[in-house]
Amino acid sequence: MTARFAYLLRLGDTALVLGHRLAEWCGSGPTPEEDIALANIGLDLTGQATAWLDLAGAAEGKGRDADALAYFRDGTDFRNLLLAEQPNEDFGHTMVRQMLFDAWHVELLGGLERSADAGIAAVAAKARREAEYHWRRSSDWVVRLGDGTEQSHARVAESLVRLWPFTGEMFARDAVVAELVTEGIAPEPAPLLQAWNRRVDAILTEATLTRPADGWMQSGGLEGRHGEALGHLLAEMQSLARQHPGAKW
Amino acid sequence: MVSAMSADRLARARRALERVRDPELPALSIAEIGILREVRLEGETLVVAVTPTYSGCPAMGLIVAEIRRVLRDAGIGEARIDTRLAPAWSTDWIDAAARAKLAAAGIAPPERDRPVSCPRCGAGAVETLSEFGATACKALMRCTACREPFERFKCH
Repeated sequence: MTARFAYLLRLGDTALVLGHRLAEWCGSGPTPEEDIALANIGLDLTGQATAWLDLAGAAEGKGRDADALAYFRDGTDFRNLLLAEQPNEDFGHTMVRQMLFDAWHVELLGGLERSADAGIAAVAAKARREAEYHWRRSSDWVVRLGDGTEQSHARVAESLVRLWPFTGEMFARDAVVAELVTEGIAPEPAPLLQAWNRRVDAILTEATLTRPADGWMQSGGLEGRHGEALGHLLAEMQSLARQHPGAKW
Repeated sequence: MVSAMSADRLARARRALERVRDPELPALSIAEIGILREVRLEGETLVVAVTPTYSGCPAMGLIVAEIRRVLRDAGIGEARIDTRLAPAWSTDWIDAAARAKLAAAGIAPPERDRPVSCPRCGAGAVETLSEFGATACKALMRCTACREPFERFKCH
């Protein structure tokens, strides 16, 4: 697997898996407006995933398109961030997960917009505008819930502690990233982490939440080692395409 | 001779494409909203370039089908339809005339430098109900003067 193919799979799988997680809220959001918002953000991410996975398929050069990659690979072939596959749990948990992700996503896409690879830069430029809107909303909710009632504060505070160990993976600088950074295709992770810290710290302060200590961080998603949750998600997402391969309507 | 025929075919194609509406915003044609980027001939092949508004816009499939249908109906025949991502679509591509049509349809147009006003009564006292409306490109607002809810095309 070339570094470019691996990197595009990471981008595509992360957007796909998180998009699917948000789609799981459809019909059960806390209010109709939130239900629509969650589904719309999920739709943005699914659209971005299609663009990334089409590029990934072209990079691989074996004739696989976004659908083939999304529906006909198994969990160990997925390269998404572990943060993206974490179950929704309650609304506050979903919003904390989204805020931690969006703060990274906006910065990453901003970097990719200046990529030496024109195809990657074009997808990133489009996605960055969408991610900014997602960030505005998720960070707003974390402030409202953190600086809300005693119960909402306690619940998002717990979510923050539980999700924090999944944030380290976003700034990993392994051989894949290092190669693309050298080629000017991907941004350097260290400045991304600084920018992420600035965004997240400001929101946590406003939300009266305490930033968890940076201790041990979970990794593995980018190499295909996932938690149990991803298997259940894929089972639901892929079952129709696998039962009726090539079906059209 | 050939170029005159080509110019005529292009003009007819452009006229036909004016009939393609955004299904979520039937007040506007795809040219007015900025989705239609280019209509040109490559040899004998008519090429229509389109760009999605949002990455996950579910209307794109229908829009492409509509483009094929109006071109067939106009006797222009088959076209190749290219999806163009760069430069990324922006609401700045919606011109003043199209903005006026949006407002007339009850949708507050995207304005970067001006505050949102109610498209029904014109009052400037409005509140956001949801950052997302019925589609990804719109937010849900309410006028605090006439109390009517309305949609706002988001700046993008």
